[in-house]
Order: sequence, then structure tokens, then C-alpha cells
Amino acid sequence: MSANFTASPFVGKTFGVTVEHLCKSYGESAVLHDVSFEVRPGEIYAIMGPSGSGKSVLLKQIAGLETPTSGSARIGNFDAADPATRNQVRLALVFQAGALFNSLSVYDNLALYPREHRLCDEAGIRDRVMHALHILSLEKSAGKLPAELSGGMKKRVAIARALVMEPQLLLYDEPTSELDPVMSATLSEIIATLREQTAVTSIVVTHDSNLALSIADRISILMDGRLRATGKAAEFKNHSDPVIANFLNPVIDLQNPRFKQLEQSHE
Amino acid sequence: MKQCLAIIGHLGSALLLLGRSLRFTGTLLRQFPRFVEQCYLIGYTSLPIVTILLFFIGSVLALQSGYSMENFGAKQFIGTLVGLSTVRELGPVMVAILIAGRVGSAITAELASMKVYQEIDALITMNIPPERMLVLPRLAAIIVMMPVLTLIGILCGWFGGALTCQYTHSISIDSEVYFTALKQFMKNRDVADGLIKAEIFGFVIVLICCHLGLSTRGGPREIGASVTRAVVTSLIFILVLDFFVTKGLLLVP
Repeated sequence: MSANFTASPFVGKTFGVTVEHLCKSYGESAVLHDVSFEVRPGEIYAIMGPSGSGKSVLLKQIAGLETPTSGSARIGNFDAADPATRNQVRLALVFQAGALFNSLSVYDNLALYPREHRLCDEAGIRDRVMHALHILSLEKSAGKLPAELSGGMKKRVAIARALVMEPQLLLYDEPTSELDPVMSATLSEIIATLREQTAVTSIVVTHDSNLALSIADRISILMDGRLRATGKAAEFKNHSDPVIANFLNPVIDLQNPRFKQLEQSHE
Repeated sequence: MKQCLAIIGHLGSALLLLGRSLRFTGTLLRQFPRFVEQCYLIGYTSLPIVTILLFFIGSVLALQSGYSMENFGAKQFIGTLVGLSTVRELGPVMVAILIAGRVGSAITAELASMKVYQEIDALITMNIPPERMLVLPRLAAIIVMMPVLTLIGILCGWFGGALTCQYTHSISIDSEVYFTALKQFMKNRDVADGLIKAEIFGFVIVLICCHLGLSTRGGPREIGASVTRAVVTSLIFILVLDFFVTKGLLLVP
């Protein structure tokens, strides 16, 4: 699989992200509590945390799909919650389940963005789409419908769709879930190479520690809706906080199974 | 009280959706392929069932009125009764009910599914407003197709009534007599009123169904719940609006 990009570089056009005192509640249920961090332009920033810690909710606030209860998320100088921001910032979000348009073929899924925004003529669109499909080894699937693809292939199509947008801010929601180890490693390379060649700011929400530690410049750990730690990726390899160390490198202890602790905590 | 507030909330949201969709009217020409696709789905695929439904409604109406009017010696006016009832009331209402059940449910199911499976979120992040791509072509298509379907349905109803009158032994009215009576009391205004009603019903059905589809939250189970809600709400609106629009049209000189 190739990981070479010839897409036009966006150096200087990429945006940083600033999240300040962000809280998000759904009715009585508070999901995010006073979350603050900053992603520098061109950086790969990983947000890690266990399931249900609020990672995807945080990503939705940055993508502008939801409005924070309080606090703010800003992309460059633009408020992420303001719909007008999308006219200023080309933002792509790779959804966990792909979120492909089921009624459109893989090709048309990728061609939708340039067609709707009239970025180029049909020949230009074809070049862009086929190039993105080539990067992710999906040329043979161009005519297929999403329903005919495996979970992993859907994820790759979703990434290809993001590449066609030539984004200035790229958000990934669990990019390696449902992928086999080889495809996960390839995807890590793609994310890293994309940043290297296009300088696009990338925020990766994941609980895959291999992915985060191998490609991220900095990492934040989100637990129970609160940021527990933020730092350079190298700092997390042997973290002093036992909770974080245990999350990043869980030890399987057959003598003292973890699920028994869970049972006790539920009692 | 909570229910009333919820209904008012939905009405407000549907009107906002309409406002947001109308903002993109200028892009309608670009949406032409989607508009044609929706015309096909709303109009062409509904045509067989509209013709069958209205043909038999016209037939039953002729049968029932033939049975009743014979007692008054007014059989020759069956054409007038069937003609006016079909054009002013039964045509628009029955086509609207059919569109709510057949097209409205499909619209809600499709949009609700897109919402639940994050396709709508994907559109938003791609800066492609769902109102422009999904709502506007459907509204435009119903505006064009609803009068066409209603007109064809009305003609089928008249034809069904005429055939029933001619070939039912107890009625035995020649088609010529039937259509003469129909023409005698039918004005262009009656046809116009029927088509105006159909247009309003169709527009409201599509707006309600798009709104309820796009406001679906939760998992796949909610898709079914939204479809049921959309069909029931559309039917209620058709019948309530029918009264007020008829009253309003009768007031217009």
C-alpha cells in the first residue's frame, strides 16, 4: 500500500485548535467537565481515554456538530460552534463508523464534496478521487456501494473521502477500530505521512495506545470527562500516574481478574 | 401542557427548516438531477396506486349516490355529484393521504436513517447543508408533482364513476348524460380550488416528514418511531388543514 501524497500542500493554511473550559451536559448528565487544551497548527494531537470518557463528545464540539454547554472550542480564531466557521475552515471528520452515504457508490461518496463545492471540473474530480482511492488501495471498490464493503474498508473509504477534501483540520474518531493490525499500522503511517506532506493539523481520538504513542506529537488523557494528563507522547511511555500507566499498558492478571473488581464495584 | 409545548416546538422547528431550505432556492438549478429523481420517486412511482385508488373511489361514489338519488328521481345528476366531490374534496385529500403513507414515510425513513448513521453529521462537516441537498429538491418535486397526481387522480375518479353508471344495471346512465351533468355545474374555479388544496397538503406533508426525519435522535429503533410519528402527524394535518383551507377558499369570491 502506498502512502505517498501529491495533494497540494497546505503549509501555512492549517489551523490550530483551542479548547477553553469546555463543559458539555445532556440534560442532567454531565459528560465533559472544564476541559482545556491547545492543539498547535500542524500538530498530531491524540486524545485518549477509556470507553465512555467523553472523547467522541469532545470531538463533536470541535467539529461544531454540537454546542458546548459552557466554555468554547476555537479553530484558529473562529468559534467551532458557529456554522459560518465551516466557510472559513476546511474541516474533515473521519467518523468511527465511516458515515458513508449508503445510497452513493464509493466513487460518488468521494466526489460529493468537490462536486457540491464546484472545486474543479469532472475530470479534475476524477483525478482527485482516484488519487485518494489509490492511496488507500481502494481503486477496485470505486463502483461498490458502502453496504458491499467490510467495516475496515468503510473506514478506509471515510479516510479517502477526507483526503479528497484536502482538509485544513483533520479529525479522526477511533480511526483504527475494526481494522486488523496491519491495516492499523498502515493507517498510522497514512496519518503521519499526510501531516508530514500537507502539514494538516490532526486530532486523533483513540484508545489505541500503539497508534497514539507512535504518531502523536502530544497526547491528552481524558477520564470521566476530565483531562487527567497532557504532555508529549514520549512522556506517556513510562508514565508516573499508575492509572494512566495501567490504561496505556494494561497487565492481564489471571490471578486477580479485572472483571471481578468490576462486579464488586457494581455491587 | 408538555405535549402542547412539544407540538409548538416541532411547528417552530419545521418552519425554521423551511426558512433555511428556502434560503437555497437560488441553487435549485444545480440540484436539477436530484429534483428529477424526487419527481420520479414522488410522482411516477405513485401514479399507478393513485389511478387505482381514485378510479374506485369514483366508482363507489357513483354506486352509493346512484342508490340514494334514485329515490329522489335525480339520477341524472350523479355526474355532478361525483365530479364535484372528486375535484373539490376526495381527489386532493385521498392523494394527500396516499402521499403521506407512501412518500412521506419513505422520506422520514431515509432522512432518519441518515441522521442515526451520522450521514447528516458528515454532510454538515463537509459544509454541505442538508436543507440544500435533501429538503429543497423534495419540496420542489412535491410542488410540481402534487397537482399532476391530483389531476390524473380526479380524471380517473370521473372515469370510474362514468363506467359504473353505464354498466351498473340499477343505475344505467349513459356516459354522455353523466359527463353533461358533470360539465354543467363544474367551474374552472372548482378544479383550481382542488389543486390549491392538494398543493398545500403535499407541501406540508413533505415539510413535516423532512423535519421529523432530520430531528430523529437515538438508535435504529427511533427510525421506526419517527416514521410512525410522521405519517400520523401528516394525516392529522391533512384533515385539519382540509377544513380550514376549504373554509378559506369558500370565502374567496
